[in-house]
Amino acid sequence: MTTDVARISDAEIVARQHAVPRAFGRPLAERLSIVSGWSAFAGLIVFCLWHMDFTPQRLWQGIWKLGWLAQLMFPPWHGGWLREFSYAMLQTLAMAFLGTLLASLGAVPLGFLGARNVVPQWLFHFGVRRIFDGIRGVDALLWALMFVNVVGLGPFAGVMAIAVSDTGTLTKLFAEAIENVDRRPLDGVRASGANRLQVMRFGILPQVLPVLLSHILYFFESNTRSATILGVVGAGGIGLQLADRIRVNNWDEVGFLLLMILLTVSLIDQLSKTIRRRFI
Amino acid sequence: MVPHVADPHTGVHGTVATFEQTWRVINRAKWAKIAIFGGVFLLAVAGSMCVSEVSISQFVEGLPGFIAYIRGTLPIIAVDHIGTDIAEWYWGIGRWSSLLLDTLLMAFMGTLLGALGAFTLCFPAARNLTTHGWTPAVCRRLLELFRTVPELVFALIFVYAFGLGPLPGVLAIAVHSMGALGKLFSEVNENITAGPGEGVRAAGGNWMHLVRYAVIPQVLPNFASYTLLRCEINVRASSVVGFVGAGGIGQELYSVIRQFIYVDISALVLLLIITVALLDITCEHLRRRLLGEQAFT
Repeated sequence: MTTDVARISDAEIVARQHAVPRAFGRPLAERLSIVSGWSAFAGLIVFCLWHMDFTPQRLWQGIWKLGWLAQLMFPPWHGGWLREFSYAMLQTLAMAFLGTLLASLGAVPLGFLGARNVVPQWLFHFGVRRIFDGIRGVDALLWALMFVNVVGLGPFAGVMAIAVSDTGTLTKLFAEAIENVDRRPLDGVRASGANRLQVMRFGILPQVLPVLLSHILYFFESNTRSATILGVVGAGGIGLQLADRIRVNNWDEVGFLLLMILLTVSLIDQLSKTIRRRFI
Repeated sequence: MVPHVADPHTGVHGTVATFEQTWRVINRAKWAKIAIFGGVFLLAVAGSMCVSEVSISQFVEGLPGFIAYIRGTLPIIAVDHIGTDIAEWYWGIGRWSSLLLDTLLMAFMGTLLGALGAFTLCFPAARNLTTHGWTPAVCRRLLELFRTVPELVFALIFVYAFGLGPLPGVLAIAVHSMGALGKLFSEVNENITAGPGEGVRAAGGNWMHLVRYAVIPQVLPNFASYTLLRCEINVRASSVVGFVGAGGIGQELYSVIRQFIYVDISALVLLLIITVALLDITCEHLRRRLLGEQAFT
């Protein structure tokens, strides 16, 4: 059926509008809720700006001061501390490496315990998962702060902080990887008379090992980033030097340290990309 | 046909001998590889332990201390007056919840500003949308710089420039999020279908029209999803930038830990964990609604 548009009557239009009201615009209630939603959003933003003291004057002063700092940072200069800085960078890398290593050593058995298909008791793996969710919810920097209280200032606190916080995350990832294994090799190993430990060793481990390795490598990469800041709370490495230089206003050295961090992080990125392409 | 050659040592004939020969060669190569990589690995472990001043004895000594520390932070809650005990544990709940709200607002504003910045930079940074020779490269380097420098370092510098309070924290989170989101956004832009863009160009649209009518409708759900994901991350980040004086619950936590007020540490950490978990669930739910279920399976 075709309708001649030129001869359509007003009554017909009204009838059509009643038949399919949504084609001609949103109903009033919906429009109101959209408008009120957006105005609540805008109101929240205005409240935040007011509450956090975002005055134009303060912003302007801060930006002016930032420009001044950027000028001071240029040209970056190590100020005769090149050896100390390099050693601190090495320390940061060592912290990331040892932290990741400890975390993965801990997370492999815990991941098995947290996997549904290894431990069929649901309460147990549920409990393991929730505990590690809790550990994961606490940032590495917070762990570092607590470890500084326990073992004192220095890179050891940083290593422990990375190890503990990553054990939480890696356990979750490992448990998920283990739950996703193909069942058939397990059945095969079991059918040939293997006990539970042997099923894990010959049925599960060969399947999940590449996944675990790639997770570990990724975590090493991200830990080099997070290890750079652990020093700010006193856990050693390049962050300690950086926070010190900011405190004493040696901005050319701050610039140098920032460049060092950028360079090292991108180097590690490249390295892990190469390793991943070649081995995994 | 495999020649039936007898092995000079064992006198075994034929294919078995060749098989064992090959197997031995392969096995030897495998063990050599394991030895080399294992050696490098052990060397790296030893070097790291030396540089980061870690020893096994220190580790063994440190661990019980840490467990004792954690146990010290736990409150004493007796079953017969559980209500008063919990009330005493959370004695500062009024002030803490307002600080927690500050932290959440910092995360919100930081994400919003960061997403806005990323939104403006992601179109010139996408290789398929920009024809200028150097524009994408410059935008990309800038975003890379923003996401490689950690939030906390930005916060340290901004606290110096803008003074104490949530403002430098918000800006630090915004700058870092801008780098991280800008990369993701520009990758989304690079994955769009070219058809709608060609249509806009054929109808005589300029670059702004292209972005508005061909790109944004395709990418907006993904942008929103990434922004929500970033919001989750930023809640954690905003609790941490407080450590260097950028306000919120982080500042309180820092002072409580530094002053060894044990019971408050566990109260604040638990509060933080619960908040983060609740937000994670909410954001996940929102993202599912935005992208539809099929994106998650």
